[in-house]
Amino acid sequence: MPGLRTTAGVWAAKAAGAASRALGRGGGTAVSGLVALRVQPDIVQDLSRGLGRGCVLVTGTNGKTTTAALVAAIARAAGLGPLVNASGSNLMRGIAATLAAAAGPTGRLAAGNRSLGVFEVDEAVTPAAMEALRPRVAVFANLFRDQLDRYGEVEAVAARWRDALERTPFTLTLVLNADDPAVASLGEGSKHRAVYFGVNDEALDRGCREHAADAVTCSCGAAYEYGLSYYGHLGHWCCPACGRARPSTQVTAREVDLADGRRLAFTMGAREQGVRVEMALGGLYNVYNALAATAAALALGLPHEAVVEALPAFQAAFGRQEAFDVDGRRVEMLLGKNPAGLNQVLQTITLDPARKVLLVILNDRVADGRDVSWVWDADFEVAASQFERVVVSGTRAEDMALRLKYAGWPEPSLVVEPDVRLALEKAVAATPPAACLTVLPTYTAMLQAREVLARRSGKRPYWEQGNERG
Amino acid sequence: MSGAERRLRLGHLYPALMNVYGDRGNIICLERRCRLRGIALEVVPVGLGEAVDPSALDLLFIGGAQDREQRLVAEDLRSKAGALLEAVEAGVPMLAVCGGYQLAGRFYRGADGEELAGAGLLDLYTLHPGPQAKRLIGNVVVQWQDGELVGFENHGGRTFLGQGCEPFGRVVLGFGNDGASGYEGARYRNLFGTYLHGPLLPKNPAFADHLLSLALARKYGDGGLEPLDDALELRAHAAAREAASRRS
Repeated sequence: MPGLRTTAGVWAAKAAGAASRALGRGGGTAVSGLVALRVQPDIVQDLSRGLGRGCVLVTGTNGKTTTAALVAAIARAAGLGPLVNASGSNLMRGIAATLAAAAGPTGRLAAGNRSLGVFEVDEAVTPAAMEALRPRVAVFANLFRDQLDRYGEVEAVAARWRDALERTPFTLTLVLNADDPAVASLGEGSKHRAVYFGVNDEALDRGCREHAADAVTCSCGAAYEYGLSYYGHLGHWCCPACGRARPSTQVTAREVDLADGRRLAFTMGAREQGVRVEMALGGLYNVYNALAATAAALALGLPHEAVVEALPAFQAAFGRQEAFDVDGRRVEMLLGKNPAGLNQVLQTITLDPARKVLLVILNDRVADGRDVSWVWDADFEVAASQFERVVVSGTRAEDMALRLKYAGWPEPSLVVEPDVRLALEKAVAATPPAACLTVLPTYTAMLQAREVLARRSGKRPYWEQGNERG
Repeated sequence: MSGAERRLRLGHLYPALMNVYGDRGNIICLERRCRLRGIALEVVPVGLGEAVDPSALDLLFIGGAQDREQRLVAEDLRSKAGALLEAVEAGVPMLAVCGGYQLAGRFYRGADGEELAGAGLLDLYTLHPGPQAKRLIGNVVVQWQDGELVGFENHGGRTFLGQGCEPFGRVVLGFGNDGASGYEGARYRNLFGTYLHGPLLPKNPAFADHLLSLALARKYGDGGLEPLDDALELRAHAAAREAASRRS
């Protein structure tokens, strides 16, 4: 029987969420989760024990939302009805809100929500979430510099993860990115079983690391060397001094085809029995997301057939390569919130030279990071000559415009309009009918732009999507 | 205009290790402002174990780093201290930002009490008050000799100046060296140390040109620079100043 406090927490959360929605204050996820945790601090522990097949935790700097959505899609293809936290609700209160909403009036998870939990978790919250959720599988997707004013340095985040893993029972299986030395090191000398994923494709080698590489030195002090360099500090790395090297992978992509940046294909598995996977997502970063989700699914014991069925059918997650139809124009939004992620987005949009109109939105709200210095670490130079019309917006629109100017983008093509709503109108107006408008927002800018675009194109708001739909 | 013949060599110290948050923007800025004026700016990366030739460099830059890299750099920087000091004494303009600023001082005592000896180019030292101490984070506005500078600071260490250097500027908004003295950064001859990290120069074009001008005056006896169209730069400067005043 659930504790009275848990039942009370569930009721309080439901009431708070309903009140927030009635007042028109969005989905009420944060407030209902806060209320639930206030009434019952152990509500996440209590309710998550009701998940019959346990849960998967997905963390990392980039790709959490897409990877978690992919794991959930694979689980659905396997006949399960997974419980998933809504995009961005990846702090403890978001997880608490998701669980409380999935519980019935008795304070236990409702019958349809009891199979498997799939939770994306903020990097900084991962130790606490690991403790509360006791996941069966934890995915560490990657670790890049992101909001140093909020998270601290990459090495400090990795150290906190390592401490949390030491306190976690051996029954946990780790899913680790072999190509990221900061993540792969979590499996070294670990008591946990580790499944590694990675890319094996010489054609993707850039020959050198990007400026925004973070894990540049080994724990022994020597600089890593790379046989293949993909992006950020991802690649086939080794330490020439102490011999540490990229581990071999159990889930591998080869023969990657990035096409026009809106779809991709790769061969997964060993050469002889490899399966060709085609997806409706663009960019190498989504190959990594697909590999991470596949490795997590296999670690959970989900059948291979479910993976092969789910990946090609998958549609972009909230704000990540999401498309809208506005006045006969195709508007495509690609979230970019740190140098490594934005570099991947820039690489992806340059795959289609027919993209000619761009809207870039740079915000400096708390959830974006107050410090906008990071835009100077992203390689905007690669797209300097592509766009004919560029609208720059957000709370730090001028900083963004200056970055583009110094990246060699022609100044006459830049229009600065800090107001996001007006900027969207200007950008749509600058887009010829049937052409594509590309939108690159930071996190809170994505929420703002998405709200406008959803209304203009007749999509539902985010709090009406998610589990109810699944 | 004899601009086409003017050449400058910028020594970029530890570009692969000391680049933590947008520091590259300063180099991109100097390159562009030189290119538009027909000045050939050659950026010379100087890594671990590589010698500095003080007579062959006209400008020096060192950025910030994460802890692990900063420890590696500290030791190496001490081996370059003689050559760097020779350049600084000869009036070579140098910009040292954040971690690079701390390491240019006499020592840095970390949150764990561990002391890291610096290069001693600036008569200052830095103390981290301990893991519980508040980091000094936020948009910042500084008054320097030629007006206002805008930027962002993010540091745990508090820096204290000795007699051998003067403050770079006075804090208008933000924390500066230690959050109490009202001073930001340090200056000795043409060496400028500052906590304004990341892309300091693009949004402060007057300071960028000041560094170039000092380098040109030293090398060619004439630091004159044609003005550039800085409308967007000044707009970004104003917006950053506005952001700094919003936070308090």
